[in-house]
Amino acid sequence: MKSVRIGAGAGFAGDRIEPAVQLVEFGRLDFLVFECLAERTIALSQLRKRTDPDAGYDPLLVDRMTAVLPACRRNGTRVIANMGAANPRAAARKTIEVARKLGLSGLRIAWIEGDDVLHLAKEFRPFEDQPLPELGKYISANAYLGADTVAEALELRADVVLTGRVADPSLFLGAFVHAFGWDLTSWDTLGQGIVVGHLLECAGQLSGGYFADPEYKDVPDLDRIGFPLAEVAEDASAVLTKAEDSGGVINVQTCREQLLYEVFNPSAYVTPDVTANFTGVHFEQEGPNRMRVSGGKGSTRPGDYKISIGVDDGFMAEGQISYAGPGALARAELARNVLEKRLGWVCISEVRFDILGVNAVLNAPRDWPAPYEVRLRAAGHFKNETDAKRLVREVESLYLNGPAGGCGIASSVRENIAIAPAVLAREASTPTFCVEEA
Amino acid sequence: MKLREIAHSRAGDKGNLVNVSVIAYREDDYPLLVERVTEERVTELFREHITKPVVRYCVPNVFALNFVLHRPHGESVTRSLRLDAHGKSLSSFMLTLEI
Repeated sequence: MKSVRIGAGAGFAGDRIEPAVQLVEFGRLDFLVFECLAERTIALSQLRKRTDPDAGYDPLLVDRMTAVLPACRRNGTRVIANMGAANPRAAARKTIEVARKLGLSGLRIAWIEGDDVLHLAKEFRPFEDQPLPELGKYISANAYLGADTVAEALELRADVVLTGRVADPSLFLGAFVHAFGWDLTSWDTLGQGIVVGHLLECAGQLSGGYFADPEYKDVPDLDRIGFPLAEVAEDASAVLTKAEDSGGVINVQTCREQLLYEVFNPSAYVTPDVTANFTGVHFEQEGPNRMRVSGGKGSTRPGDYKISIGVDDGFMAEGQISYAGPGALARAELARNVLEKRLGWVCISEVRFDILGVNAVLNAPRDWPAPYEVRLRAAGHFKNETDAKRLVREVESLYLNGPAGGCGIASSVRENIAIAPAVLAREASTPTFCVEEA
Repeated sequence: MKLREIAHSRAGDKGNLVNVSVIAYREDDYPLLVERVTEERVTELFREHITKPVVRYCVPNVFALNFVLHRPHGESVTRSLRLDAHGKSLSSFMLTLEI
């Protein structure tokens, strides 16, 4: 029976590169998938593209491609990556350049366009009960394209497929649809394919990352965890594993945690390709770091594309200062009081104060002993940069004008982009495909 | 006994929604989770973080419960002023529940 070997090369834009190289070298992969687009990444890329029409793709594209393409060529591994971000065409051109420099002539690079639907903003409708943002504030708007587009690009005999926004698990499903020729209405098969893609899409989170909790959940060699790969059968059942000699662990616990990660209703995980049902998914250990997964099901896909809109959200500023030794908490509280009074008139939007070590992440229980050192943090949203910088200056002024012993100030101001969802009729946008040879 | 002794947990976010899973270490403990880790108790635990009662999904095939938390408007990873803008620490907080 035919099977496909597929690896996860990255789970976010800044992810480690060497585990991807390790997978290609030792994994005998048919496909390597890079998932590098968080919710806001594409809006930031869109801003870069505005100032330079050849920019707007993943900043690590050249590094990643340079690291993996030679081994991919040797081993016959095809690459699928959403590193096109806001500019898949420019990403493809750059990848062709990289391939030529590496002497990989004839490598076929495809790119997909059509996820950018900013020009269709007037046709957007609200997602569930969430109001649409003000039209004038849109920075970017991208449709979550599906596996059909990835499969179609692979049909062009592409060695590398570069996309913008494609639903994360659909990057993987596209490879399966292409390799097995699955019917796009075989809902149960597609649903199980989405299970496999969903388990792989965050790379290290399946193989021991975001998991270790000493004495409760120990992970061997966390400093060098291997990224996961799946051996997928024609019925979409799969074995999840990782490169031999890599660190980390794939076991029933890591699999169960990742299955439910970012999932709300487990019987209706909505993707552009299928509404997947995880409530029959079964994991079975086949050997060390080898987990069999089966039982995913599905039903019909939604008629609309989900859209992610990047919205201009003014400026965000943050400042921190530490207090240590006896009375540290009381001094930090006094400093907070000073900041509250001095920022009162400027903070027309929103401001927030935390004491790191006491209540910044979770509130310490009332009877918790006072810590030996704490860090006061002020963070706020501002309509303009001048007001944002005012927060930073007020924190910095605490050195000379605040409570005793304030130290170690760090601060930042940045333009903020918020993300809002919407939906758009599927017929409104038709993805396009191109391929070129290096 | 704290929930941490019999279950593990992972938090994920999309917009202002966060999911927090609760997964039994031993499959035999799953009925205990269903009985003790109720919507009412989890809503009470997370009251400072949420705007409406939590929703619980039972996922017996993986011996897990999945909770959906609605954070206030603006409390999403791209907008929140919190140090933990994602809500990733909510999994650790879940495990403090007394069983």
